[in-house]
Amino acid sequence: MTEASVDEPLLRVRGLAKSFGPVQALSDVNLEAPAGQITSLAGDNGAGKSVLIKCISGIFEPDHGELLWNGKRVRIRSPHDSSVLGIETVYQDLALADNLDIVQNMFLGRERLRHRTLDEDDMERAAAETLASLRVTTVRSIRQPVGSLSGGQRQSVAVAKAVMWNSKLVILDEPTAALGVTQTAQVLELVQRLRDRGLAVLMVSHNLNDVFAVADRIAVMYLGKIVVEDKTTAFDRQSVVEYMTTGGLGVKTNGPRAQTGAVDSGHD
Amino acid sequence: MATTDPGPPGPTDVPLAPDAENPVEAPVDRTAAPARDAALVPPDVVAQTLGEYIHGEWLRIRGGESGMLPVLLGLVIMVAVFQVISPHHIFLSAGNIVNLFQQSAVFMVLAMAETFALLLGDIDLSIGYVGVVGAAIAVQLVQPSTTAWPWWAAIIVSLLACALIGALQGTIITRLGIPSFIVTLAGLFVFNGVLLIVLAFGPFSGYPTLTGPQANLKAIYNLMWGHISPAEGWIALVVIGGLLSLNLWLRDARRRRSGLVAPPVGLTVAKIVLMAVVGSAVVAVCNVNRAAVGTLEGVPWAIFIVLGVLGAWTFLLQRMRFGRYIYAIGGNAEAARRAGIKVQSIRTWAFVLCAVTAGIAGLLYASYLGGLSNNVNGGQLVLYAVAAAVIGGTSLFGGRGKAVHGVLGGLVIGGIYNGMYLLGLAVQWEFIVTGGLLLGAVTIDALSRRASATGRA
Repeated sequence: MTEASVDEPLLRVRGLAKSFGPVQALSDVNLEAPAGQITSLAGDNGAGKSVLIKCISGIFEPDHGELLWNGKRVRIRSPHDSSVLGIETVYQDLALADNLDIVQNMFLGRERLRHRTLDEDDMERAAAETLASLRVTTVRSIRQPVGSLSGGQRQSVAVAKAVMWNSKLVILDEPTAALGVTQTAQVLELVQRLRDRGLAVLMVSHNLNDVFAVADRIAVMYLGKIVVEDKTTAFDRQSVVEYMTTGGLGVKTNGPRAQTGAVDSGHD
Repeated sequence: MATTDPGPPGPTDVPLAPDAENPVEAPVDRTAAPARDAALVPPDVVAQTLGEYIHGEWLRIRGGESGMLPVLLGLVIMVAVFQVISPHHIFLSAGNIVNLFQQSAVFMVLAMAETFALLLGDIDLSIGYVGVVGAAIAVQLVQPSTTAWPWWAAIIVSLLACALIGALQGTIITRLGIPSFIVTLAGLFVFNGVLLIVLAFGPFSGYPTLTGPQANLKAIYNLMWGHISPAEGWIALVVIGGLLSLNLWLRDARRRRSGLVAPPVGLTVAKIVLMAVVGSAVVAVCNVNRAAVGTLEGVPWAIFIVLGVLGAWTFLLQRMRFGRYIYAIGGNAEAARRAGIKVQSIRTWAFVLCAVTAGIAGLLYASYLGGLSNNVNGGQLVLYAVAAAVIGGTSLFGGRGKAVHGVLGGLVIGGIYNGMYLLGLAVQWEFIVTGGLLLGAVTIDALSRRASATGRA
């Protein structure tokens, strides 16, 4: 059901399974994340999106299945393994230290040194370059503490931090969940710029606006499985919603909260 | 439009916003209110001129982001009040100012020690007794009638003992995951006991003294009471002040040249002038003969010890990776862990440095007292240290503060002690005033945290 690609995608997940005790969180998951494309991972809560990205970023180790990186089999056993490959993950909590400034946050854990002391000038220059290339320009000063930034700016800093390290695949976990309309647009633009740079982007979202606004490809998860994965043009809103809620098209369910009208409010 | 469609049968609690087809196009983030924003940005990173800097600093204080200004303001008020109400306006006499420095030195160094724990969001309640235990070891080792060690060896061993204690407590806190409050509260009792044991050795049984003609006793006694000659004071000022100014000027100029974030020229000049004025004033005051009979003049060694600790820990915290990691852990330990920082080991080392710095404070205290006795109150010392650090502007909640805050806070604590004594007020009033100040400082800290938290939402 996926497009026939001549090239091997940057990341291919094959037959991945993960269980926690008796709970089967993922079973036989197949997914592709090609370079230069935004792959959106949609699915209702509890569908297994988070577990899947944690398996890719090395927080969990899968029970079965394999990860192919440029066609080669790799094992990712720790977050360090994944960042060595070039995978950076931006979690919802962003992992920023509010008391440190933007430069300090972007280089946290990978500070540049000169004569065993911090090379602030060099780090500031590099951080400014990265932010400028991503056109993150709304911050007043690159030296202001992250705690003084707006939600969208914080998200932008977290994304910029992730792309600084020659990363090839950036995983974004609900990048717009906590943002207002303007800030969402700002972050989505940034996500598109990552694609334009040739990065593979895997964006977890259950906001269909965001998905249809930026995604090149959509994969829908339902009860621990990828039920469909295709180009965005192959979907419309109704079909994605149906895949997310029933796991297929034309499947009749007796959902406890059956309703007809579409809703526009977020849910957790 | 999606909203006009009836939607599929079955549960559809998936968000579908009205204009889903049209991606929103406004890329500019206009959500941060400018005034609020300005209040939280450090003015030295955005200001172009000195005037803008002062304006920005004012906005920040109004926004609850305090920094060093409140304590500087507090110091000025304190000095003015005590000068006016002290008998014969003796508070600002040369002799009393030097006396004030010496009384504050212990609080200053102990507050800098506590800063390591506070920056992590931890606390170390044991450093009063830990520092004094270290000092007791040194004082006992140099006693001529027993071990008669050379003073430097005694000091090294005493600081190593403190390091060991810090490592032990730090390991228990980090590896066993027990709150630092509890571990160091236990430490407060344990090392009070250890102090009594150490002091009991030797012929003085509880009251080893540093008074005596022997060189090794004198060396430790002079940590607080020794001083350099007036001429040496001026030379030291020119050398130290010159190097610091040069460093500051070159760094700011280089950053301005390469278009990096740098303070305005006016601010750099103002800092250098301020440093020169304060330095000259200190040397001039210390060079006044402060003896009633004979001559007693020159900058006390204690000032250089405080400056040495201040310089070393400022460098470590602001310029080295270790310091950066301490701030990161205090700000967001989870983020630090995910960034690959070895959080446990950094925290343990911070407790080691905390204890070693406390050892230096303990040596100054022993020198100040001219010996040690078994009624030294390390519990009260540590509370003064926490108060000094927090009054100086270090946050109790981790991640914010500098070594220099401990020095300024220590000066406030020492000033109150000194001023109240001059007024002939009993010790209960000193406690009450210190407590009130501490409460005020913590309130400023808590309010500024709340201000910055709401500023982000």
